[in-house]
Amino acid sequence: MIPRKEHRILIQGITGKQGTFWTEKMIGYGATVTGGVNPRKAGTQHLGVPVHATAKEAQGTFDIACMFIPPMMAKTAGIDACEGGAKLLVCLTEHIPSHDVMEMHAAARANGTRIVGPNTAGIVVPGETFVGILPAFNDRVFRKGKIGVISRSGSLGTLISLNLVQNGMGQSVVYGVGGDPMIGTTTRDALEMLDADDGTEAIAICGEIGGSAEEDAAEYARGMSKPVVAFIAGRASPPGKKMGHAGAIVSGGSGDYPSKRKALEAAGVRVADVPSQIPEMLRG
Amino acid sequence: MNFEEFAAKPLLVAGGIAVPPSQVVMSAEEAGVAAGVIGPCVVKAQVPTGKRGKAGGIKLAATPDEARGHADTILGMEIGGYTVEKLLIEGQVPISRELYAAVLNDPVTCGPVVLFSPLGGMDVEEAAEQDPNAMRRMPVDIREGLDLGKAASLLTGLDLDGQHDAVAEVLLRLYDVYRANDAELLEINPLVLTSDGRVIALDCKFTLCDSAVPRREELSAQGTPDKATDLEAEAAGAGLKYIELGGSVGVLANGAGLTMTTMDAITHYGGQPSNFLEIGGEAYTKSETALKILLKNPNIKSLLVNFCGAFARTDVMAGGVVEAWKALKPDIPVFFTIHGTGEDEAVALVKSELGIEPFDLMDDAVKAAVEAAR
Repeated sequence: MIPRKEHRILIQGITGKQGTFWTEKMIGYGATVTGGVNPRKAGTQHLGVPVHATAKEAQGTFDIACMFIPPMMAKTAGIDACEGGAKLLVCLTEHIPSHDVMEMHAAARANGTRIVGPNTAGIVVPGETFVGILPAFNDRVFRKGKIGVISRSGSLGTLISLNLVQNGMGQSVVYGVGGDPMIGTTTRDALEMLDADDGTEAIAICGEIGGSAEEDAAEYARGMSKPVVAFIAGRASPPGKKMGHAGAIVSGGSGDYPSKRKALEAAGVRVADVPSQIPEMLRG
Repeated sequence: MNFEEFAAKPLLVAGGIAVPPSQVVMSAEEAGVAAGVIGPCVVKAQVPTGKRGKAGGIKLAATPDEARGHADTILGMEIGGYTVEKLLIEGQVPISRELYAAVLNDPVTCGPVVLFSPLGGMDVEEAAEQDPNAMRRMPVDIREGLDLGKAASLLTGLDLDGQHDAVAEVLLRLYDVYRANDAELLEINPLVLTSDGRVIALDCKFTLCDSAVPRREELSAQGTPDKATDLEAEAAGAGLKYIELGGSVGVLANGAGLTMTTMDAITHYGGQPSNFLEIGGEAYTKSETALKILLKNPNIKSLLVNFCGAFARTDVMAGGVVEAWKALKPDIPVFFTIHGTGEDEAVALVKSELGIEPFDLMDDAVKAAVEAAR
């Protein structure tokens, strides 16, 4: 699911420092924020929207839930959002214990919720809406255009978006899928969505070492008619070390740079050595 | 966080899975004494890596003298980059069959998966590669958990010396231990059937989920910390992920993806990064601390600061860099490229406080830093 302006957003943890900062940015950008959650401030208003005790209480008033919740409390909030009817749950939180993450995914399956993340920076649809912690409001980075961007990393997704704008291009959608090893929406899932999106003419994948997200996406890309290009971070990273993201680790030769590059190139995806090559590849 | 055999097995025992009697020792003398109490034993190197047997780190001993001799050989041995300092002296058991059992987090189903193979032992991975049927897999719905019927269904049709019920019971308990301890991986290889009808775990590997460490303080104290240099340890103490890489271009970036990309670009343009150090996520307020640690590395010839702020506000990060730079006045050139959340304030700050003009294009900043480090 690609967020649209008409999708109503519920912010879990809306009254916190980061929740407040980013909710203001989302509202200012034109996103439809219809409420927030904080059990201790239920019944009050914050940033002009009602604060609820739980997402379940707000059921029917939102389509997308976005979590500004610390890791040890994320499971409860995530399950609440699923049971409260979220169609999409944007889970920004990093460092959620993996067993809690699995319980959230199980709740999502049972309730028909799609989780994006954990450890995603969110989704930007330039000129329309955004949900999460990407600087959508910075027009040197995000501008309306025809390129779909998929990224496991918020900072790298921001860099590639910047590269596009520096070269006179823009983005249809920037989809942060998250840097965790167990994520609800994979690079391949996002690729399928952007393939079906009329506003997207070509797609840039920002991958990284670890796991099999790029290999799985390559399988799908093989049958696509829209051009797909990619950059994979971590070529210069040593094996056996967790490179910041819990999912970015090469172990026993699996998830390493050469195998990802090979899989993508075999599927007809051009792979850039540095992100700045992406715009010219999209032109050519 | 990884746990060595001696630290992992107590978790199995607490969960009702049998292990042989054993004792941890640090010297050949102690090994002899322990063997005297335990009887015929196995002398096992305790290091946080696999393939101990193939490396000669596991030996059978019939007598205390023999145990002392093996201990003398194995202590101090290098296995997988680790020096053996500890041994487990463990009672021998009459092995009839070696099996393999594990429960781990599965990134495909985003839930737990139970693995079982009737071909346990040293070469289980190779066996599974040659014959995919040799490794059975069962995804578990984490809300429902595992029950005896499901565990037994994983064993259907296998020749287990008629011990199906006992092995299924072990799988059930293994799953419970996995759940009770926030495991990423809990593995028994080999799980043995003995000639006298018992099911015993001869080895155990346990990886605690790093994100669960804050709520598993007591447990994590038993784990083996990652090997770290002094600076890596100092950074970890400050809540920062820092990895020394040996090159001469210092890297300070926000976010794991951008930091790896910065390292890649330095390599692409002919330089060598000195480190991975990211101050993304909640750590973005720690740029001053991060830079002070980074600058302690004497090999750094130039510094590249690459910020692409999303959640991490570049104005806050640049403020920290400016503070650290003014405090330490390092004698190396620094190159900036700054974009994203808070970039106007950040760029203005770097210009006014340090008199440095950030590069608009990352590649230009990288090339300049690589050139300066030559």
